[in-house]
Amino acid sequence: MGLKLYLDLLSQPCRAVYIFAKKNGIPFQLHTVDLLKGQHVSEQFLQLNCQRKVPVLKDGNFVLTESSAILIYLSSKYQVADHWYPADLQARARVHEYLGWHTDNIRGIFGVPLWTKVLGPLIGTQIPEEKVERNRKNMFESLQRLEEKFFGDGTFLTGYQVTVADLMCLEELMQPVALGYNLFEGRPQLTAWRARVEEFLGANLCQQAHGRILSIQEQAAKNTLPVPYPEVQSRMMLRIARIP
Amino acid sequence: MVLELYLDLLSQPCRAIYIFAKKNGIPFQMHTVDLRKGEHLSDAFAQVNPVKKVPAMKDNDFTLSESVAILLYLTHKYKVPDHWYPQDLQARARVDEYLAWQHTTLRRSCLRALWHKVMFPVFLGEQVPSETLAATLAELDVNLRVLEDKFLQDKAFLVGPHISLADLVAITEVMHPIGGGCPVFEGHPKLAAWYHRVETVVGKELFREANEVILKVKDSAPVNLIIKQKVMPRVLAMIQ
Repeated sequence: MGLKLYLDLLSQPCRAVYIFAKKNGIPFQLHTVDLLKGQHVSEQFLQLNCQRKVPVLKDGNFVLTESSAILIYLSSKYQVADHWYPADLQARARVHEYLGWHTDNIRGIFGVPLWTKVLGPLIGTQIPEEKVERNRKNMFESLQRLEEKFFGDGTFLTGYQVTVADLMCLEELMQPVALGYNLFEGRPQLTAWRARVEEFLGANLCQQAHGRILSIQEQAAKNTLPVPYPEVQSRMMLRIARIP
Repeated sequence: MVLELYLDLLSQPCRAIYIFAKKNGIPFQMHTVDLRKGEHLSDAFAQVNPVKKVPAMKDNDFTLSESVAILLYLTHKYKVPDHWYPQDLQARARVDEYLAWQHTTLRRSCLRALWHKVMFPVFLGEQVPSETLAATLAELDVNLRVLEDKFLQDKAFLVGPHISLADLVAITEVMHPIGGGCPVFEGHPKLAAWYHRVETVVGKELFREANEVILKVKDSAPVNLIIKQKVMPRVLAMIQ
């Protein structure tokens, strides 16, 4: 039966899962769930995940959602190198501390530029400049807090080796970077960290994982993106309404 | 030196940690950080947690923030019964899945329900438009439905026949709108039954103790104006 991963590499948490599986040589069958084509709201996908979200893991009959749960499951099942999700009590606690902080401070904030620059306009919605500016400010303040809290000791977010925390963080930051925000300018520590993570992962894997998000703006400009059908558009409007 | 926990039982994640530590006989020194008095913003507390949030934990030189991190740390260090965070890969994944899901969904709705219904008017002296409150309560209902239909289903507890960290975190979340006087179980009979099961396993006395503060939240004294100035931006960011 084999492991199946249901992903759209447009999504930050999907990329984290993809990179993790690939880097660790975990064999899996990739099922692309194209969000712009509304494949996540199909009856078929609904059977898999009633929340209509990606990523989803299917291991035999076992279906699992939530990227951090998936990463931890894969770490344990495939007995990956310890550094990804260390067994040491304190080291592991630091990973969970990051993941908790990430949910409040990174997730939800760094995904906004894709909506303001591409997805909103795609369905004919302009997000007010005031919100775009507020989001820019929120991102920069978050990065400040990220550097203050996680860039003390160690070369990676929670210590001296790459963990799942670094993957989750990098993929969130890649979203606005792909949309032209220069998050790393004037942030040498952050820049160095990113370089270290990408070096560890390897250029090929990064290219593979980031290809879709890096080309999205160009595709939008060329009008080659599929226009989401009405059911998907109304869901998108709900998400847009939540942009502070 | 004994484990130190910095908590305010007003906070949902603090309640989860309190119940977990007490239930498992984990010895700790409790430091109450009174949020309504702005004690979390003191320089002294910033030494413990520079992010100025509760819960925080100090185990000799090791300080830790984030409730899930603390719960898992305690789970592993004190070798609590397996059902809290099972060794079985898939059972454990279900707990991880719940803990991840709830953070931006149920947790957020429960927080907003309490603040919009009680804390803004009673504590902060700020009126909340009725449409805002209605929207918040509607969203809470949606998340309670997911809790019931996706997670609980026909099981005794959220991830199986036994109580786990998932149940503890969930129940401490729903206590927020309960304390605020919201009819959480209306239209959710399975949740009502689950609530009683969790309360029974935790133990009525411990459950009552942990919820004493939240159950009196409607009697909160109005905030001191100086503290209001300091906490307002943080409150607004928190319930966004």
